[in-house]
Amino acid sequence: MNKIKAAIIGSGNIGTDLMYKLERCEHIEVAALIGIDPESDGLKRARDRGYPVFSNGIQALIDQPELAEIVFDATSAKSHVRHAKVLSEMGKFAIDLTPAARGPFVSPAVNLDELLDQETSNLNLITCGGQATIPIVYAINRVADVSYAEIVATISSKSAGPGTRANIDEFTVTTKRGLKLIGGADEGKALIILNPAEPPIMMRDTIYCEVKQMDEAAITQSIHAMLEQIRAYVPGYRLKQEPLFEANRVTVFIEVEGAGDYFPPYAGNLDIMTAAAARVGERIACHLLDGRGVNLAAQ
Amino acid sequence: MQRNSDQPIRITDVCLRDGSHVVAHQYTVEQVQAVACALDAAGVHYIEVSHGDGLGGSTIQYGRSLVNEMELIEAAVASCQQAKVAVLLIPGIGTVRELKQAHDLGAGLVRVATHVTEADVSAQHIQIARELGMEVCGFLMMGHTAPVEKLVEQARLMQSFGAEAVYLTDSAGALLPHEVRERIHAMRQALDIEVGFHAHNNLSLAVANTIVAIEEGATRIDGSIRCLGAGAGNTQTEVLLAVLERLGLHVGIDLYKMMDAAEEIVGPILPVPQEIRKGSLVLGYAGVYSSFLLHAERAGKRFGIDPRDILMEVGRRKAVGGQEDIIIDVAAELAQLRKVRI
Repeated sequence: MNKIKAAIIGSGNIGTDLMYKLERCEHIEVAALIGIDPESDGLKRARDRGYPVFSNGIQALIDQPELAEIVFDATSAKSHVRHAKVLSEMGKFAIDLTPAARGPFVSPAVNLDELLDQETSNLNLITCGGQATIPIVYAINRVADVSYAEIVATISSKSAGPGTRANIDEFTVTTKRGLKLIGGADEGKALIILNPAEPPIMMRDTIYCEVKQMDEAAITQSIHAMLEQIRAYVPGYRLKQEPLFEANRVTVFIEVEGAGDYFPPYAGNLDIMTAAAARVGERIACHLLDGRGVNLAAQ
Repeated sequence: MQRNSDQPIRITDVCLRDGSHVVAHQYTVEQVQAVACALDAAGVHYIEVSHGDGLGGSTIQYGRSLVNEMELIEAAVASCQQAKVAVLLIPGIGTVRELKQAHDLGAGLVRVATHVTEADVSAQHIQIARELGMEVCGFLMMGHTAPVEKLVEQARLMQSFGAEAVYLTDSAGALLPHEVRERIHAMRQALDIEVGFHAHNNLSLAVANTIVAIEEGATRIDGSIRCLGAGAGNTQTEVLLAVLERLGLHVGIDLYKMMDAAEEIVGPILPVPQEIRKGSLVLGYAGVYSSFLLHAERAGKRFGIDPRDILMEVGRRKAVGGQEDIIIDVAAELAQLRKVRI
């Protein structure tokens, strides 16, 4: 079967976990894991699995442009700003797992197909909390018109990396934008809480929506339909209990259990990012193989 | 009294922030003006004003404010002659944006609060507050949940980010006097900056614990007049002042004026007297974040569950401050279980 070559820049937790997820993609071939530290655990693992590895960062792609057509960026927002420019000039398709948000936000269960029909060569995965909650807000909004969406993401301390910790405002601000832009809420608010309990807690998300047209049956049905779509790429994504209704308010409790690839299963927050990125990559690969192509010259 | 510091004691009254929980975040501009004026006139050093969960806390999760906290901060600043207005910021809830807004309105001190093990999320906010020229303290919440070494390590982190003092925050009102002594003593030894203490009275130990903290060298001390704070309230400011005077320590606040303010201005604001009832007692006993109390009582009513059962279960699940959503989740689950059993 035809495959599209993909490279991952960033050999930290996210990049390494993504490597395992891409292995399971039908139309993607892992062409390289690119880091900056030859001793990093990620590069070692990639080497062990027989993938080409590089430790000179984006330069590896500049030196060998034929290495990959799709490039996943799992570095940092600051680096991605630079990478985005280079990749766009090289005509590569960038899937951005950092909070840089150079390209449009993508939530695979909501707007991926629509974005593929547009001319774009850089897609941003928003935040982990965004991936876990925005599809539910979207599902409620499409049947009940959400005036306000508020989400609370509680993650285990162990799964919060130094990047998240150093700039936690980025999480709340970016997620809030996603709730409005992709979820369809008129207003939004995002909260994040780190819990150090041992053994580590599973990622939990609470989604509160205030709606203009309350219809309990339609909302419940729409949420369940969305759940199925998300579970197609995050099997451990589930409702903790049925949605609660009170006046014009819907409350949804989610638990996200990861696939346990590189991260332990409790780190559903990290897993849903890499799973979503792999899903986006797979769809782009199909699109490219389909012959329709995405317009890489645009942007 | 003998104390392990020669710095003056500075009191922050938190009733207009921690007390916001008690009034379900329904403070009016008039109430804030009246309370701030009275505290300022008595000589209180800092008056904290924010949503109960800090800047940006007005949410479904925590309860919406009747009046935008920025208006309340502005009103408090305008009411103060000598006191500095303080704000609370919990990273993950509030952002630098709200901090800048509060600073523009005249807030002079920010306390940046994190769970006791998560100090590194405060670096950004502490640094920016310093750049703005604000006074900055770190606030390590749920201080009873971490071993002393961990607390000290996290306090040192906040010091390295630029905090001018770090508080031991007994959010659950669960610490016993010897535990306060051990913690403040270790913090004093390890830090070059001031140490603070914030108590809750759920086990009726707030004043006693505060005295222990002061003996060990804490100099930034929190209280709430008339115990107007979450759970059973904080260290009752006017009571603490009376005790300190009996111990020969005068902090420059007029005791009679505080007593009058407590009676005439704060008294009428209290929805019910701040006594230790079964709910708040369970907070201290189970080590649960004090602002969970009213949420558990509401959820208990909604789902027909004893709020104590909810709080005990929340404690078992090791919820941290800010996880109010777990209360509804637990209550609904307990209700479901009960149905299954019937």
